[in-house]
Amino acid sequence: MNGGGSFTVAVASGKGGTGKTTVAVNLARSMGTRVTLLDCDVEEPNCTLFLYGGIITTREVGIPVPEVDESLCDACGECSRFCAYKAIVSVGSAPLVFPGMCHGCGGCALVCPRGAISEKESRIGTVERSECGSVTLVTGRLDVGMAMAPPLVRAVKECSRAGEPCIIDCPPGTSCPMIAAIRGADMVLLVTEPTPFGLHDLGLAVNAVAEVGIPAGIVVNRTGPEGLDVGAFAKERGIPVLLEIPDDRRAAEAYSRGELLVDAIPGWKSLFELLRERTVAMAGGRMTREFRQGRDRRPE
Amino acid sequence: MRIAFASKGDNRESMLDERFGRAARIVVVDTDSGTVESIDNTAGISAAQGAGIQAAERVANLGVEALVTMHCGPKAFAVLKHAGVEVWSAPSCTVGEALDMHREGRLARLSEADVDTHW
Repeated sequence: MNGGGSFTVAVASGKGGTGKTTVAVNLARSMGTRVTLLDCDVEEPNCTLFLYGGIITTREVGIPVPEVDESLCDACGECSRFCAYKAIVSVGSAPLVFPGMCHGCGGCALVCPRGAISEKESRIGTVERSECGSVTLVTGRLDVGMAMAPPLVRAVKECSRAGEPCIIDCPPGTSCPMIAAIRGADMVLLVTEPTPFGLHDLGLAVNAVAEVGIPAGIVVNRTGPEGLDVGAFAKERGIPVLLEIPDDRRAAEAYSRGELLVDAIPGWKSLFELLRERTVAMAGGRMTREFRQGRDRRPE
Repeated sequence: MRIAFASKGDNRESMLDERFGRAARIVVVDTDSGTVESIDNTAGISAAQGAGIQAAERVANLGVEALVTMHCGPKAFAVLKHAGVEVWSAPSCTVGEALDMHREGRLARLSEADVDTHW
């Protein structure tokens, strides 16, 4: 079975550090077809640590921020009242602009009755593309000090290619950057760890994904005898557990060397191929009943 | 003159709030008439971002000459400076005590923000 045509799977989690990137890069390498991996964790992109390839193109990404012509401004304050993020503030004089707070919506320019506000592009980061064997890696990199991740996340997502599967490494959490990353995906893989913190934040992520209306599957990372029962939570919420990745020192060692687990640990290739099969089936809406009920085959 | 105080409460006995943007209330004292009024600033407490800017905008629109606060961040300071509002730094005390210290010249006037953004 190959990658199964064109679909988009987002790899997300509530808690950070659960293994999103690990799952994303190893799944990408296990697709068996050409695949685009979009690193949308733009505040800390790290897929490049595991997939090597020279950077082929780098493109700057900006958002439009307001520029005020003070000779036209009569300090009416309409811009200030409109802006929900207080990126433009009028206090009885020509407004002050805080570019770092601006979401680039352009509303201030629209509501200005004097036409005093124009927009100029302000750089927030870059999008890099590199070819790593069968994987085209697109990396969004937010400039240091910038707070506005979603426009850059969207710019990275514009680099997906028709007719080719697409895997998205999402930012952690459940706030705007994560929502921007999962939106439009065919399914979401929620990576968690079997700890109280992991399970708590998995609950938040499940709610966020349900709100956006995307089917989700769970990947439990670092399972072991000490771990909490994520399966019980999954059953309660009606979400399938697609893979359990055992807690294994070899995985930590390979990770620390920047190696793919599917290359470094004998037998783990089949683990991620199983995840690929289940992911492809779920993204294509072809889950069997055995699959949903967790009665299909497990890795050896 | 009218002076604003970033406070936890609504009168002279209320403590100053260590935060400006997310202070519960802004207390305004008119030193000529002695009247005390206060306005709600709780929108700032729940603001995801821009709490300092919003509070500064609120203070600027009160038509006060000065703000007394324990701390003031860079964005709020920029707005207050733009609006011509003096910013005075006070220790942890009540509004009344800070008012006395201001009158006696025992407060320091800030020429720039004294804390970093998102302090």
